[in-house]
Amino acid sequence: MKAIVTVIGKDQVGIIARVCALLSERKVNVLDISQTVLQDYFTMIMLVDVGEAAIPFAQLKDELAASGQGLDIRIQREDIFHAMHQL
Amino acid sequence: MMLNQNDILSTIRMIDQQHLDIRTITMGISLLDCCDPDPVSACQKIYDKIVSSARHLVKVGEDIEAEFGIPIVNKRVSVTPIALVAGAAQCDNYVPFAQALDRAAKEIGINFIGGFSALVQKGMTEGDRKLITSIPEALSVTDRVCASVNVGSTKAGINMDAVRMMGETVKETARRTAGCGGFGCAKLVVFCNAVEDNPFMAGAFHGVGEAERVINVGVSGPGVVYHALQRVKGESFDVVAETIKKTAFQITRMGQLVAREASARLGVSFGIVDLSLAPTPAVGDSVAKILEEMGLEVCGTHGTTAALALLNDAVKKGGIMASSSVGGLSGAFIPVSEDEGMIAAAQSGALTLDKLEAMTCVCSVGLDMIAVPGDTSAATISAIIADEAAIGMINQKTTAVRIIPAPGKTVGDVVEFGGLLGSAPVMPCHTGSVEGFIARGGRIPAPMHSLKN
Repeated sequence: MKAIVTVIGKDQVGIIARVCALLSERKVNVLDISQTVLQDYFTMIMLVDVGEAAIPFAQLKDELAASGQGLDIRIQREDIFHAMHQL
Repeated sequence: MMLNQNDILSTIRMIDQQHLDIRTITMGISLLDCCDPDPVSACQKIYDKIVSSARHLVKVGEDIEAEFGIPIVNKRVSVTPIALVAGAAQCDNYVPFAQALDRAAKEIGINFIGGFSALVQKGMTEGDRKLITSIPEALSVTDRVCASVNVGSTKAGINMDAVRMMGETVKETARRTAGCGGFGCAKLVVFCNAVEDNPFMAGAFHGVGEAERVINVGVSGPGVVYHALQRVKGESFDVVAETIKKTAFQITRMGQLVAREASARLGVSFGIVDLSLAPTPAVGDSVAKILEEMGLEVCGTHGTTAALALLNDAVKKGGIMASSSVGGLSGAFIPVSEDEGMIAAAQSGALTLDKLEAMTCVCSVGLDMIAVPGDTSAATISAIIADEAAIGMINQKTTAVRIIPAPGKTVGDVVEFGGLLGSAPVMPCHTGSVEGFIARGGRIPAPMHSLKN
């Protein structure tokens, strides 16, 4: 099952490393990644595969949110974006 | 293929800042197999069937909410109109049936259960009569039960005896729940052309033409439409309509996804997605604000009906292609107490009962969550119901009345209900007597265009 991780907030040193470390520890595979920084405002979007994840989705969601340190980090199944934006 | 970054961020913005949500996942449950001559046994069967059918409803809703990151505001249950089930029981008072529904709702953790209902558009069985007379007590001794009565249809006409009874029932319900502003009336809907698959409370019930169990989903998103329209300021109505259609399509696709997912996880067939714009009292989640964004200074001024007609139609056109099965009420709701913009417009006097009545000709449902002075007579409430039913009957659409004659309150007061039900400014009614009109009883015949065969 694929999901989208979004990280939004003020730019910090090591954001990508931190999120990737958390994901890899939980056996979540990163498939694609894109990021932009606009006037200190950081946006990262990752496509991940949670098929082999070591923990339940809800727990992963909570851990990601808790690791934010002021950043908004969330994970959502990608189906919702496909449904809303693709025919 | 990675999704477009802007698409992902726009969805997140809709959820975070524009109040996009799934308003309700409602499980319809047939109780026809719970009929029993012994009322105690019937109530036990009802409780058992609801609890065993919907035990996982809340958990599944919360799981989907977490995985998709989309709020699912309500998880609810609708059941077969209780008059049909209780009719077999040898008792005169149906309050114990409402209490069984209430216990079941509490056990499974849902906030409302709909279906303490009767369908009396053409005539009234003994069971229907007993149910209607039980409504005031039922709504005052239970917390989560919603009642509805269908008093008319395009096919059958309007049952004016039932209309008279419902005026009295609304008044009595207000009296019995006077301690909380007549709150019981917020759980009571009087319909014309009621639909069998409506997922929205307080008017939801599970029609007899439905399956054993079914999942119906109601989407929402006035805030999303409002924000979309802010991007096309000053453009022609063609652009406005197109913008609303596209937005409604996106919202409904999300609803369809959640509906499919919920029905698969619960092992219950998917019924319909209800394409409704349901406001909440939250700032920025208002249908009135959409109408005002079209260029009206205040909701209720001239042009409001036309704006609402466009909105209602565009929502349906946008939504219809996004779902495999559309049903329920499907249209814009205008519940006064639940809509920030409507509350303000009613308080300022710009939005009147008469204008709301006109608006109900072009949108889904009708006079919804309207508080009127506590000394409004039962006959006047019946006449308001009759007017709404006539609009529904002639225009072949659902109309409804959910009106609160707020005990001890008068024009200028505000009744606080809290939560999604919001606060209702008490609105003036016409004061000319209607006693002679309501005392007649009988039936207003079905219109000519009901004879289609």
